[in-house]
Amino acid sequence: MRLSDNYHYCYLALIRHRIRTILLLLAVAIGVTSVLLLTSLGEGARLFITQEFSNLGNQVMVVLPGKKETTGGSVPIYGTSPRDLTIEDADALSRISTIEQTAPIIAGTALVSYQGLSREVITIGSSTAFFHIRNLSLSRGQMLPQTSNVRASAVCVLGFKLKQQLFGNKTAIGQWLKIGGQRFRVIGLLEERGESMGLDMRDMVIIPIRSAESLFNAPSLFRILLTLKQAGSEAYTEQQIRAVIAKRHDGEDDISIVSQNALLTSFNKIISLVTMAIGAIAAISLIVAGFLIMNVSYVSVSRRKSEIGLLKALGASQSEVKRLFLTESSILVGLGVMIGISLGYSVVFIATQVWPNFPLSIPWWATVSSALLAFIVGILFSWLPASIAAKQDPVIALRGY
Amino acid sequence: MAKSAIKITEGNKTYLMGEQPLHVLNNINLTIESGDYISIMGPSGSGKSTLLNIIGMLDQLDSGTYQLLTSETTTLSEESRAQLRRQHIGFIFQNFHLIPRLTAFENASLPLMLAEKTLSKRHQIVEPIFKQLGIAHRLNHLPQQLSGGQLQRVAIARALVMSPNILLADEPTGNLDQASGHEVIELLEQLNQQGITLLIVTHDKAIGKRAKRQLTMVDGQITTDTVSQTSKSDE
Ligand SMILES: Nc1ncnc2c1ncn2[C@@H]1O[C@H](COP(=O)(O)OP(=O)(O)OP(=O)(O)O)[C@@H](O)[C@H]1O
Ligand SMILES: [Mg+2]
Repeated sequence: MRLSDNYHYCYLALIRHRIRTILLLLAVAIGVTSVLLLTSLGEGARLFITQEFSNLGNQVMVVLPGKKETTGGSVPIYGTSPRDLTIEDADALSRISTIEQTAPIIAGTALVSYQGLSREVITIGSSTAFFHIRNLSLSRGQMLPQTSNVRASAVCVLGFKLKQQLFGNKTAIGQWLKIGGQRFRVIGLLEERGESMGLDMRDMVIIPIRSAESLFNAPSLFRILLTLKQAGSEAYTEQQIRAVIAKRHDGEDDISIVSQNALLTSFNKIISLVTMAIGAIAAISLIVAGFLIMNVSYVSVSRRKSEIGLLKALGASQSEVKRLFLTESSILVGLGVMIGISLGYSVVFIATQVWPNFPLSIPWWATVSSALLAFIVGILFSWLPASIAAKQDPVIALRGY
Repeated sequence: MAKSAIKITEGNKTYLMGEQPLHVLNNINLTIESGDYISIMGPSGSGKSTLLNIIGMLDQLDSGTYQLLTSETTTLSEESRAQLRRQHIGFIFQNFHLIPRLTAFENASLPLMLAEKTLSKRHQIVEPIFKQLGIAHRLNHLPQQLSGGQLQRVAIARALVMSPNILLADEPTGNLDQASGHEVIELLEQLNQQGITLLIVTHDKAIGKRAKRQLTMVDGQITTDTVSQTSKSDE
């Protein structure tokens, strides 16, 4: 049989058994698509977590007042503090050569009110560096003034949710509101972003640290965030920080330092768990897709046993019959895989347009393994019944069962 | 007369039905000369189809030898058996066995396609045969658009396209009405007159009687083998 006739015969089989072809294509395509969608969900969850983690900044360290046992790498929230950290301590730290930026933080809750509406929210006192370190971006207005570390000024930046609650759709920039009884002017609005490292930035107000100091009437810092100029200098920096603080605190080493390394261990646990879950999801969906493709391929070829018998009776050899069915299923599965992959990527693309916050993403290995599996299973289970039927004497195959 | 076209010696075929082996072909010895016209009759289940299938190499003997023209088929490879089938044998089935999605032309030209003939060559060969069989205007019809008689003609055309030496027909009129059955038999007889070796399995005594040589099978054995005097005069 000529090669062109081989293809033409398969072409006719596909085009004239339209329903069968469409159903088979659908089976393969849906199998592949479901693998892609399921794994993209898992991968999306993993990316979401790592993204949240990296939102903290690449080389971030946190200095907390008080000595705290940091076993197990958990993040200490409040240390029992024999001596408070101060804004001056933070300024001293910023002079360490390996440190890029420092953001001292005072935190407390305060009643925020505007034209009769009021909400009790977390109020953060910090500086411009805070925005850089936490990767906060503004949808409108500007960040805290550079002088936040030096003197109080009556300005504030609002979280997304808080702005909605107080102002609705009205302009907030330039308006005056009251925080803890003092008047502040809104100068910036945060972009909407979900929870970041356990801190819901949407429901907060940020004011200059000196203003917070007077608002809460306490100079003690909640913590100091700092970033390093380059990775790998954590150990040296930690040593330097302890030395600087000890000098300022009468030789007492009464602080805790959390570096990314400490956070990493707990995050790695979560991430490896999520990765395992993705593997399981992928494996299960691949198996389901495999069975689907196996069944439709097997059934569709077995039902054409008498055609195989006839071809042999008309003088086709075993290998010619096998080649025909192999070509046909390759075309079919190939098309199905292409449709499945385009469908999967389109759905994921549309989903990322609709929900930009959740980073759906199809891992490359899911594409490769689902395509490979579809090919192997689809072709194997069309080839198997075809070659069994082709091996028999034509009389047996001609009977068709 | 020409040399033997078909020669089966001590051919046996058994099926195991439960405990008991079923001797479907029991020590068959049969020689058929080129150009013969033979009918095989006998009760249902006597092994007629089995014998015809073995002659057409759709099936194989359990023991014994089968010589087709110059080839001893029992020792051949699968590949060469396929080639022999393609070149020398035309087979006509009771239920036509046309592929439903293919047109009459495509169905009839399948053996040519398998023999690697070009499309124009296929047209050259198939069209005159369709004309001869009176179905020239049905070239591009699908099987579902054809009558029983027309379907069997397409099947006959398919059996003829490779100009086989031997034409085997297993109850070719079994699914046809009297009139079209008669026409089909006359067609086959014409082909025989042009030199083709013709074997017909039939239940119809009237059709069986027309053959020059009439075989009767009972329980896997050839019980009678008569050469009709009247038909002989045709030659
Ligand atoms: N694959 C098989 N397995 C078991 N028995 C079979 C098989 N094929 C045929 N037989 C048996 O072989 C015997 C002969 O069958 P065959 O088809 O040759 O009969 P036949 O003479 O053509 O009958 P009919 O006139 O009804 O067509 C039957 O008894 C049948 O049951
Ligand atoms: Mg029969």
